[in-house]
Amino acid sequence: MDFVEGLCCRECGRKYPVEALHVCDYCFGPLEVTYDYEAIRASVSREKIAAGPLTIWRYGDLLPVSDAAPVDLGAGFTPLVKADRLAAELGLDDLWIKNDTVNPTASFKDRVVSVSLTKARQLGFKVAACASTGNLANSVAAHAARAGIASYVFIPDNLEMAKVVTTAVYGGNLVAVHGNYDDVNRLCAELASEHPTWAFVNVNLRTYYAEGSKTLAFEVAEQLGWQAPDHVIVPVASGSQLTKIHKGFIELAKVGLLDGGEPNVRISGAQAAGCSPVATAFLEQSDYIRPVKPATIAKSLAIGNPADGWYALEVVRKTGGAFAGVSDDEIVDGIRLLARTEGIFAETAGGVTVATLEKLVSNGTVRPGERVVAYVTGHGLKTVEALAGKVAPTTTIDPTLDAFEAALDAGDLRVHG
Amino acid sequence: MSVTVRIPTQLRSLTGGLGEVPVEASTLRDAIDALEAAHPGLRERLLDDTGGLRRFVNVFVADEDVRFLQGLETSVQDGQTISVVPAVAGG
Repeated sequence: MDFVEGLCCRECGRKYPVEALHVCDYCFGPLEVTYDYEAIRASVSREKIAAGPLTIWRYGDLLPVSDAAPVDLGAGFTPLVKADRLAAELGLDDLWIKNDTVNPTASFKDRVVSVSLTKARQLGFKVAACASTGNLANSVAAHAARAGIASYVFIPDNLEMAKVVTTAVYGGNLVAVHGNYDDVNRLCAELASEHPTWAFVNVNLRTYYAEGSKTLAFEVAEQLGWQAPDHVIVPVASGSQLTKIHKGFIELAKVGLLDGGEPNVRISGAQAAGCSPVATAFLEQSDYIRPVKPATIAKSLAIGNPADGWYALEVVRKTGGAFAGVSDDEIVDGIRLLARTEGIFAETAGGVTVATLEKLVSNGTVRPGERVVAYVTGHGLKTVEALAGKVAPTTTIDPTLDAFEAALDAGDLRVHG
Repeated sequence: MSVTVRIPTQLRSLTGGLGEVPVEASTLRDAIDALEAAHPGLRERLLDDTGGLRRFVNVFVADEDVRFLQGLETSVQDGQTISVVPAVAGG
C-alpha cells in the first residue's frame, strides 16, 4: 500500500483526489502529493530500506504509488563518488558526484518515468506520452516498451542525433516538432486536454512523476550514512528536480531517517547562460521569471519557460544557495574537467553543473569546508556533438614500433593524467 | 476580428464543456472581456487581483507566448487562435 492522502494545490490549498490531475482547476497552481507521514514513520526504517531492491523502489514508502511489480528497468541507486581529484582542482575538501549517468537509459529521467508509468498503469492508462528535450524521450520510450504499452514521444526537431536514435530504437511513436522545447511543451499541454486517456508523464501525470526526483536526495543521504550534505548543486531546466531534491531531504527528517532533525542543506542551481531565466531572476533579485528563447548547447536544460522556476528560486533563496549561468565554452570545459579528473563522462547538463560549481566556488558561495554533492544527471554519449573538434586522438601513427617511439620522442603524448 | 479561444480542460466546466469558444476581439484583453460576457466566471480564473494574467496561466496568440508580445494588449488578427494553457507542465 502507499501512504498518499491526496493531492493539494500548492498555491491555494484546494484538495483533489488521487487521479491524473496536475494543476488546480481554480488557480492553475501545481498539485502536490500529500502523505500520511506518521504512517510512513511507523512503516519505514533504515533496515527495511537496506533490505529493499537496489533501485528507487527501495524508498517505496515515500513514493506516490505502491506496486509489487513496478514498471522498472532498474532506475536509481547510482554511485555517489568521492571526487577528490576534482575537489583538489576546485579547492574543495569534501566533494561528491552523484553519478546519475549510469541509469538504464543514461539519465535521471528513469527515476521519474518509472514512478509515473507505474502510477499511470494503476490508474488504468494504456498509452504513455511526454514532451521532452531528449532524456525523457529515451526513458519514456524504453519504459513503455518494457511495460508493453504504446507511446507518443514529442521532441523538438533539432535534438542531438544520439537522443533521437536512443528513443526511436524502442519502436514507439516519435514525433519531431518544428520548434523549441517550449513549443513542444505547449503542444503537449494542449494535447493532454484532447487525449485524456493518454498518460503524459510530465503533464497530466506530472504530480506523481516529479516525486520520483526525491530519490536523488534519499540516495545521497543513505550513501552518506544517513547524513544530509551541506550543499548540493543541481541543474535547472523546469526547476522540478531541484525542488524535489529539497523536498526529499525534508521528508527524510520528517519520517525519522536522518539524525538531528531537519537538515540545513544549501541548494544551488545550475543553468546555461543561453537559457537562464531562473538564474537571471535570482541575480536580479526579482520574483518574476521572465521567459527566454533558449540558445545553448545544453539542450536538455533548454526550457525557456520553466514550470517550477518560481519554486526553484524560492528553495535556493530559502536555503542560502545561489544560481549561476555558464557559457557554452564553460560547459564544454566542465565536461572535460569532470572526465579528466574523475573518469565520468557527462552530457552538456553535467558540464553546466560542474562549471556552475566552479563559478560558485570562485565567488565564495560554495565554501571549502562544506560537504558538497554535485548532481550529474545524464551521460556524455548522448551529446557528443558538444565535443566535436574539441577532443581527438592524441596522435595518429603507422602500426610500427618505430612510429610509436617517434611520436613519444616528439613529445606528442601525455605522460601524466 | 473573429478569433477562436482554446479552453483547457480545467476551465471547461465554465464553457459547458466546450474546448473552443469563438469571440469578437481586437486585443487579448477584449477577448477575455468577451469570454467573460459569454461564460461568466472565466475572467477571474485567468486574471489575478491586480488585473494581470495569473502566474500559472500561459496564453498564446498564434502560437506565441504573449509575454514575448504585448501581454494583455497583444493584438489579434481575424482567424487567429488564442490558446489558454496551464503553465505547470513539462520538465
